[in-house]
Amino acid sequence: MTLIGTPKESAKGENRVAMTPQSARDLQALGFECMIQTGAGKAANFSDADYREAGVTVARSAAELWKQADVVAKVRPPTTAEAKKARSGQTVISFVYPSDNKKLLETAKTANSTLIAMDMVPRISRAQKMDALSSMANIAGYRAVIEAGNNFGRFFTGQVTAAGKVPPAKVLVIGAGVAGLAAIGTAQSLGAIVRAFDVRPEVAEQIESMGAEFLFLDFEESGSGEGGYAAPSSPEFRAKQLDLFSEQAPDIDIVITTALIPGRDAPVLWTRDMVDAMKRGSVIIDLAAERGGNCELTKKDEKVVTPSGVTIIGYTDFPSRMATQSSNLYATNIRHMMADLTPEKDGVIVHDMDDDVIRGATVAHAGEITYPPPKPKIEAIAKPQPKKTEPTPEEIKTREIAAQREAGLREIGMLAIGGVILLIIGMFAPVSFMQHLIVFALACFVGFQVIWNVSHALHTPLMAVTNAISSIIIVGALMQIGSGSWLVMILAALSVLMAGINIFGGFMVTRRMLAMFQKS
Amino acid sequence: MEYGFTIAAYVVAAVLFILSLGGLSDQESAKRAVWYGIVGMALAVIATLLGPGSGLWLLSLLLIAIGGVVGWQLAQRVQMTQMPELVAAMHSLVGLAAVFVGFNAHVEIGRVAAAYNEANLAFPLAEAGTPVAAVISDIFRGFALVVAKKTGAEITILRAELFLGVFIGAITFTGSVIAYGKLAGRVDSAVKQLPGGHALNAGALALSVVCLIWYMATGGTLPLVLMALAALFVGYHLIMGIGGADMPVVVSMLNSYSGWAAAAIGFSLGNDLLIVVGALVGSSGAILSYIMCKAMNRQFISVILGGFGGASGPAMDIEGEMAATSSAAVSAALEEADSIIIVPGYGMAVAQAQSSVSELTRKLRAAGKTVRFGIHPVAGRLPGHMNVLLAEAKVPYDFVLEMDEINDDFPSTDVVMVIGSNDIVNPAAQDDPNSPIAGMPVLEVWKAKQVFVFKRGQGTGYSGVENPLFFKENTRMFYGDAKSSVDELLKSLP
Repeated sequence: MTLIGTPKESAKGENRVAMTPQSARDLQALGFECMIQTGAGKAANFSDADYREAGVTVARSAAELWKQADVVAKVRPPTTAEAKKARSGQTVISFVYPSDNKKLLETAKTANSTLIAMDMVPRISRAQKMDALSSMANIAGYRAVIEAGNNFGRFFTGQVTAAGKVPPAKVLVIGAGVAGLAAIGTAQSLGAIVRAFDVRPEVAEQIESMGAEFLFLDFEESGSGEGGYAAPSSPEFRAKQLDLFSEQAPDIDIVITTALIPGRDAPVLWTRDMVDAMKRGSVIIDLAAERGGNCELTKKDEKVVTPSGVTIIGYTDFPSRMATQSSNLYATNIRHMMADLTPEKDGVIVHDMDDDVIRGATVAHAGEITYPPPKPKIEAIAKPQPKKTEPTPEEIKTREIAAQREAGLREIGMLAIGGVILLIIGMFAPVSFMQHLIVFALACFVGFQVIWNVSHALHTPLMAVTNAISSIIIVGALMQIGSGSWLVMILAALSVLMAGINIFGGFMVTRRMLAMFQKS
Repeated sequence: MEYGFTIAAYVVAAVLFILSLGGLSDQESAKRAVWYGIVGMALAVIATLLGPGSGLWLLSLLLIAIGGVVGWQLAQRVQMTQMPELVAAMHSLVGLAAVFVGFNAHVEIGRVAAAYNEANLAFPLAEAGTPVAAVISDIFRGFALVVAKKTGAEITILRAELFLGVFIGAITFTGSVIAYGKLAGRVDSAVKQLPGGHALNAGALALSVVCLIWYMATGGTLPLVLMALAALFVGYHLIMGIGGADMPVVVSMLNSYSGWAAAAIGFSLGNDLLIVVGALVGSSGAILSYIMCKAMNRQFISVILGGFGGASGPAMDIEGEMAATSSAAVSAALEEADSIIIVPGYGMAVAQAQSSVSELTRKLRAAGKTVRFGIHPVAGRLPGHMNVLLAEAKVPYDFVLEMDEINDDFPSTDVVMVIGSNDIVNPAAQDDPNSPIAGMPVLEVWKAKQVFVFKRGQGTGYSGVENPLFFKENTRMFYGDAKSSVDELLKSLP
């Protein structure tokens, strides 16, 4: 049996845990055994008793856990001490940030252990369920707004009270990735006026769908990069962008910046001038603080207040500040990753390096460093379809007129043909026949007019009732039954019988059906 | 005087029939409209009995009574899922009656001609309006007397009409019998044709045309019988070659034919009521067929000749995989959802799941959710089949909607449950121009937030086309018999 273990996070201030009682239950359903270090879930409000109840073995120390577990799942990258505990054949799953942690990969390579980086899960649809970066970013975006509210001296929503009018707060979100969109949604639901900016024009629709206003930058350049992330922009573009922000700065109460470019320092988008231009009491939340910050004055992990009275928050532990929520989501991401690693659900790990997702996330395997991974086979986000040119109203109108004319001509043509055929018949057929033909033609017209109005829902009753009335042929049989000939009489009698069945059966069943149609 | 009364009654009956069809435009007026039809029919029968030409009252009434009892019993016993079979079976009776009445007309012509011969008089009459010799008018009454008054041209037309009536009636008869067999599962519903395929049908049609010319020339019995046999074969063979899911078209087509047969017989009997009703029924069936074909984006001819058009190129690759789900997951999603649309198909009818679905609907609506049904015009085996099944299961009709009414609402819907339907929710019809069903209007269920497909297994639908819906990111497959799946779901809902 494969044993999955989760140690207590050793990083200071880290409250999250990579396994929750719920995820442990799900992992056991996949055929795994679960183990947790005592007290590992405490900061996220999961007690050892909760885990025991979920069937998880509680290990007394980290050392015991590392020794027994075949798979170690954690949140933060393993520390040097932890990495050294990894043994041959053991799998470690956590955030790794491989481009910054080359040494960690080397250690794993020498130890012949497998290292799976949750932050390297490719951004394809199938892997969304294990995209821990997104689930953490979502929390960060939410928390950023809450944190801003905490430091902002006013309401988010505008109110008219007996004590005076309160204007709504104006929030600017820069970078509409997962975190940015979450921030937009949260601020919006608190009642603020939200504006948002992103270098990728294709996200405008997403921003607007969240109810925010997209700040449009008129520039012929797309900032989209590989995997749905942003790419670095040209100096001209940047200058224009900064102009736009400078314009906004005096008007905005809260700025939330989330702009990151993979593998690079965060671009500076909110300069000192802009900070100074903001009103006293404004708040800036810099979610890119980890990478140096989007705001020139951001200090990592600190809250600073500028002389002009603007609060700048550079915390990097937003998810950890909501440890229960983030542990739940992260543990679910881990569980999905394990589910993909055990296709048979029998607790046996099959490390399929041909699978795009597993290949992408694995950074060290079987004594080799497997980072960076090859490009995934599937595009992250479908290329925007070339827009079809919408026909102008005039074009539509002319087309409609043409269609009308065509339909009219066709109708006249058919009427003419029908008329000619009737005339030809009329020239040869006797009068008695023509009289019946007129009746027939008129009845067809009436039929077409009437039937088009029948509701689709009543088509079955329609068939039953037409069936019943087509038994009108009984009239013909009744006229013949009195004939002197035996043959005629027998055939007519049979027809009367059959038509009789049809009349009663048809009408009765129609009545039965119609009686069933009830209004609510 | 008597004759005038009959005509007057016929006019009233015709008006009543038109009203009875027109009343079907909505559910409430339809309940009243059936009575118009019943009264009209009663009036027509009584007027005919009172009118000239009919005899053997007692026998007629007795036969009608027997037929009535049988029909009544059938109508009371039939399950709503068996409606398509019942309708098909009834069409076959109309078809056969048309054949008999047509033959009778032929026999009468023979008898009249023989009587004229005996009296050494010329038949047919040279000029219309010539008084009929007393020798003749003493022997014949009713229809035969009408025949006896006809001129040469009229007799020719009469022959053509009865020929046509027998022809259409015969096709309707065997066609309906086979359609009944296929719908009732007594005949394999797969496409089956004798070697030779449509060439055989064409041959039989050609034979019928030859018989027509022969019959018009000689007035003999043999060509009429030969043609009837050929037409019986065409009806059998044509419907054998059409698969189960095309039955809505077939049944409406046969409905139409039974009307045209009645109209043709009406011409030969010189009876305007038959002509009017035949034309009404004929056009009704024709419109139904047209609507069904439109809903499948297919030509009427291609449906009748059987088989789907081949793919015009390689089908689009389908990305993703089918993901199965459990009743627990479905019920969790239903609990979360505010708006739910159920798309039923033939699979629901087969599994008899309609009452379970109705129960589910009641439960969900009681929990304050919006639950509606989306009905594709060709869902089921009869036009409007799903509506009747749901009505039987006491689903109120005001939230059972047509495709056009509901298609725009899918993007704002939380959960769609597709129960036993396949082709009518296939996105390939819109996305893949090479698909055999490209251009068919479909219910756009994939635009909803989440789709659950209740399905027996992983097979393709009637058209044999792979359904990309099943592979979509927001689609989950709930495998199993529709009824037991829904019942299971009912249990797991609080």
